[in-house]
Amino acid sequence: MTTDAPLSLHVPEPAVRPGGAPDFSNVKIPKAGAVPRPNIDVDPETVRDLAFSIIRVLNRNGEAVGPWAGLLSDEELIEGMRHMMTLRTFDARMLIAQRQGKTSFYMQHLGEEAISCAFRKALSRGDMNFPTYRQAGLLIADGYPMVDMMCQVYSNARDPLKGRQLPVMYSSKEHGFFTISGNLATQYIQAVGWAMASAIRNDNKIAAAWIGDGSTAESDFHAALVFASTYKAPVVLNIVNNQWAISTFQGIARGGSGTFAARGLGFGIPSLRVDGNDYLAVYAVAKWAVERARRNLGPTLVEYVTYRAGAHSTSDDPSAYRPKTESDAWPLGDPIIRLKNHLIVRGVWSEERHKQAEAEILDTVIAAQKEAESYGTLHAGGKPSARDMFDGVYAEMPPHLRRQRQQAGV
Amino acid sequence: MARMTMIEAIRDAMDVMMARDERVVVFGEDVGYFGGVFRCTAGLQQKYGKTRCFDAPINEAGIVGAAIGMASYGLHPCIEIQFADYMYPAYDQIVSEAARLRYRSNGEFTCPLVVRMPTGGGIFGGQTHSQSPEALFTHVSGLKTVVPSNPHDAKGLLIAAIEDPDPVIFLEPKRLYNGPFDGHHDRPITPWSKHDLGEVPNGHYTLPLGKASVVREGAAVTVLAYGTMVYVAQAAAAETGVDAEIIDLRTLLPLDMETIVASVKKTGRCVVVHEATLTSGFGAELASLVQEACFFQLEAPIARVTGWDTPYPHAQEWDYFPGPARVGRALLETVEA
Repeated sequence: MTTDAPLSLHVPEPAVRPGGAPDFSNVKIPKAGAVPRPNIDVDPETVRDLAFSIIRVLNRNGEAVGPWAGLLSDEELIEGMRHMMTLRTFDARMLIAQRQGKTSFYMQHLGEEAISCAFRKALSRGDMNFPTYRQAGLLIADGYPMVDMMCQVYSNARDPLKGRQLPVMYSSKEHGFFTISGNLATQYIQAVGWAMASAIRNDNKIAAAWIGDGSTAESDFHAALVFASTYKAPVVLNIVNNQWAISTFQGIARGGSGTFAARGLGFGIPSLRVDGNDYLAVYAVAKWAVERARRNLGPTLVEYVTYRAGAHSTSDDPSAYRPKTESDAWPLGDPIIRLKNHLIVRGVWSEERHKQAEAEILDTVIAAQKEAESYGTLHAGGKPSARDMFDGVYAEMPPHLRRQRQQAGV
Repeated sequence: MARMTMIEAIRDAMDVMMARDERVVVFGEDVGYFGGVFRCTAGLQQKYGKTRCFDAPINEAGIVGAAIGMASYGLHPCIEIQFADYMYPAYDQIVSEAARLRYRSNGEFTCPLVVRMPTGGGIFGGQTHSQSPEALFTHVSGLKTVVPSNPHDAKGLLIAAIEDPDPVIFLEPKRLYNGPFDGHHDRPITPWSKHDLGEVPNGHYTLPLGKASVVREGAAVTVLAYGTMVYVAQAAAAETGVDAEIIDLRTLLPLDMETIVASVKKTGRCVVVHEATLTSGFGAELASLVQEACFFQLEAPIARVTGWDTPYPHAQEWDYFPGPARVGRALLETVEA
């Protein structure tokens, strides 16, 4: 006979649900500039603290401070600003287009623009990203044509993927953007394999893997960390922690681990947390991790602490599971406003220039949209042919598919 | 020409390709230093170095996922899953990723990848070392599925698979590794060294994927078989005296319908055999295709002889295995129908 109380199951809950007041008191925010910047060949054992803090550069006054500051010129920062504004405007236009029935589905980046836009600038031509559906900044910041992105979203006659993929599942080998899978986490281990191949061939290219907080629970995440650790693959393992996996708060995937970055420590992988809404901090940490990979020092794990200010997708309504005002209470603010304030403090930007830039960018995006729509939208105008459906399953069409194409009469 | 076991022929295919093409890399569990639990990769690490042939962590999803990344980079990985039964953790990577990269990226990213795995029973491997999951691959668009039945074919087909621009599942019937097993488990097998099909040409040659082979000509009934069942069918024909035409499919997808249809139109009867379970097995696809193409020539119902719809048992291995007696009964019933 045991005298112990009966067992009970622990099911984590977020701090607040709809109707409650937003509460981020559990997100400990260190002061900007407070976290040290180790050398890239540092012994991972000596920098375990980096997995529990948050590297920040921009302070409340819009100043860039501390050891991670000072890497970007005025011109580069203004360019970064334009990339983020372009991505936000692009998203806004595509969301409206989806509501107008011009496509079936869309996923926006609201609040997370700094991460993919800044990361891209730390990479070199030939490097390969294995992204999720919320890193289109990698394309925007690399100059991939917006018209092509929109044609993909519309699945129209000029869709580079011939209508075979859901909207936003872009692919561009030239721009180092691996074809997106709708199945979560599969790309994480593929990125490690790609990086291993680069090392096997004694190449100098590196890979970047991307995943969300929720999908770190997938087995492929674990597989990727094992392989990256074992073979010291030249890869940057990015985790975008935007707090929400559709309706599931990040505590369900994170469990008892202090942070997502801490997952890397058991693998001996240097693991850093960074303010994902701070363009300068994201760039500085990305640069550090990319340089480690390039110098054959192995993988780095980076957790970007951010907040998904919008819905998961056009099929989602966050008011059903979190307070409506939660995004306003997010303590790390908005990446565009923070960079704007910094540029103003630097004396290279102003409210007027910002408004002017917004108007210019809107014009550019609308012009791209007009052009894309001239090639068709999902339900109107030009579209990929039914014949395209049968192509590209194999390099050479096997007899059974040829028979089926004949049956389909296309 | 040299006499080889199927293991040696498979190893020779990888050896030939690793020597010809630096993009070919080989890895898997126990594959590197030790050379594989079935010895298929023995000596390759010593010959080509640790970055061309190496041991992998025990994580099948990781092995296949990493190989997909390598293939998309431009390598041609030829990887081993230690037993086909261990493949399931990698199934998402095979089905959702390897098979679809070309299609979903409109050809920007491709996956020239070979996944080798020992398949089938007959070695007292129980439920987790005996399965034949071929139908789980033939059901997936974008994959090719190959099952060789002898050393000569295994080498030529494996080289063709490694050179193929798309992912190929290469199922190696483990009961055939050392000789042509005909289902008579109580009798010694003839080793490949004493068998004509153990003659393997030196160097590079290929057999086209999608071409079947007629291993016995006959007029009374067509038997569609692959892997171990090719020899079981031959034993059944010899023991019953039924003049069966036995086709070794060699590749299940793409499937050589021309050879199948020509034979069934000639014989008017068809028996489909495989070791895998019956329901939704590849035999169902074969029976369906044959009746679609040959309905008016058929003089009897198409019969299927397969493993039972149970997990692969241990002690009852020979009750489960569709041996020559069961196949022979089906041959007689079909020719007498």
